[in-house]
Amino acid sequence: MKIIATDRKGEVHTLEGRDGWSVMEILRDAGLPVAAECGGACACATCQVYVDPEWYAKLPPKSDSETDMLDMAVAVEPNSRLSCQITCTPALDGIKLTIAPE
Amino acid sequence: MAGRHETDVAILGAGPIALFAVFELGLLDLKAHLVDILDRPGGQCTELYPDKPIYDIPGLPVVSGQELTDRLMQQVKPFAPQFHLSQMASGLDRLDDGRWRLKTDAGTEIIAPVVVIAAGAGSFVPKRPPIAGIAEYEGKSVFYSVRKMEAFRGKNILIAGGGDSALDWTINLAPVAAKLTLVHHRDGFRAAQHSVNQMRELAAHGKINFEIASVKALHGVNGMLEEVTLAGPDKREWRHACDTFMPIFGLTIKLGPIAEFGLKLHEDRIPVDTEKFESSTPGIFAIGDINSYPGKLKLILCGFHEAALMAQAAFHICRPNEKLRFQYTTSSTSLQKKLGVA
Repeated sequence: MKIIATDRKGEVHTLEGRDGWSVMEILRDAGLPVAAECGGACACATCQVYVDPEWYAKLPPKSDSETDMLDMAVAVEPNSRLSCQITCTPALDGIKLTIAPE
Repeated sequence: MAGRHETDVAILGAGPIALFAVFELGLLDLKAHLVDILDRPGGQCTELYPDKPIYDIPGLPVVSGQELTDRLMQQVKPFAPQFHLSQMASGLDRLDDGRWRLKTDAGTEIIAPVVVIAAGAGSFVPKRPPIAGIAEYEGKSVFYSVRKMEAFRGKNILIAGGGDSALDWTINLAPVAAKLTLVHHRDGFRAAQHSVNQMRELAAHGKINFEIASVKALHGVNGMLEEVTLAGPDKREWRHACDTFMPIFGLTIKLGPIAEFGLKLHEDRIPVDTEKFESSTPGIFAIGDINSYPGKLKLILCGFHEAALMAQAAFHICRPNEKLRFQYTTSSTSLQKKLGVA
C-alpha cells in the first residue's frame, strides 16, 4: 500500500506502507519529522497528522484513548488523527495525509 | 536544594538509564547527583507512559513505566543519590582544577570530575501552539504555567486545552480572574471527570465561559495581548478580547540548553565511542537515547549496558590512583555490603 504524505514544507512524499505497521512508523522510517516521542504508545500526541477528508471517513474510528490524547495536541482540526493509531492495511492504499505543525 | 555540591558524578537526567547509572557507579563507590526538569524521577517512563506496559526489559516479561521507575528507585536506594528536580541544567563549564561545573536554572551547582548526560531526547518543555508571532507574547501575556496565582488577579484570561492541567487552572484561576474563558476543540475532555463536572458547574453559573473553538491568531501591541481570533468547528472565525492567554497542552521534548554546552552534536544526539560511551569531550559521557553510535538502538536495555561500561571508565577518572577490581554482586561480599544485604 502507498501513503502519500505532505511534510511541513509542502513537499509530497510517496511512501511504501507495510501491512500491520502504524503509519507513524512508516513516516518516521522515511525520515519525515514526526516526533512520536512516546514511540507509538498513544501517550504524547506528537505524531499528529491531518488526513485528507475523503480518506478520513474511511479510517476505523478513533479509540477513546486516541480521542483523549488528541486533547494534548496543538492545532487540532476535525480531520486530525494520531498516526501511531492508524494501521497500514490494503484498504488504505493511497491514503493522503499532511504532517501537523510542531 | 540550591547551592554548591561536590560529588563524583553529575548526571543530567533522572530517567531509567540515569537511575541505573547511579547503581553501576554506586557499586564502584562513586557518588552521584542528578538534575532533572521534571518534578519526579522516571523521565519519559513516568511522564509519558506511567501505565503503559513495557515488554522488553530482560527478566521482566511486562512492567509499566511507573513500576520500572519504582523498582529502579528501590535498586539505587543504598547509594543515596541526590536529586535536584524541577530544575533545568542550564550551563556546563570546566573549572581550573579540571573538574566540571553543571549549573541549573535554580542556582544549583554540581562540581564533579565526571558528567553523564542521560537526558533522553532533551528537556520536557510546554507544547507551544503553532500560532504566528506567539514568541513575542511569551512571558508578557502568554503563559504556559502559573508560578504565582496573584499575577493573574483581575486579568481577562483565555485558557486553551482539554487535559487535567487546563481544567485545573481554569478552576483555580476562576475566582482570581476578572473574566475567564476556556476554549477546547471539542465538547469532551481528557481530564478527570470531577474536574470536568466542576468546570461545567462554573460555566453554568456564569463564573467562566466555555467555547468549542481553537485559537488561530493573536492581536496586540509590544507583546501585550488585546484580542485573539477564535475559530469554531464550522470554521467560522470571530474576535475575542482578552489580555492573558494560557495554552495548556502538556509537555513535549526539546533538546534545550544541552545544545549550548559546546559538545559535538550530530542530529541532536551526542556521538560517543562504544567502549566507554564518552563524548568527544573527555570526562563527559552520554548514555541512553541522547547518544549516537553505529548500530545504536533506542532501547532501555541498551542504555543499561551503556551505563555499566560508562561507570568503569568514570572510575578511572574519579579515582586515578586506585585499581578497579571487577566483581559480581552474586559472589562479592563487599558489593553485597554496599547493597546492604550482607
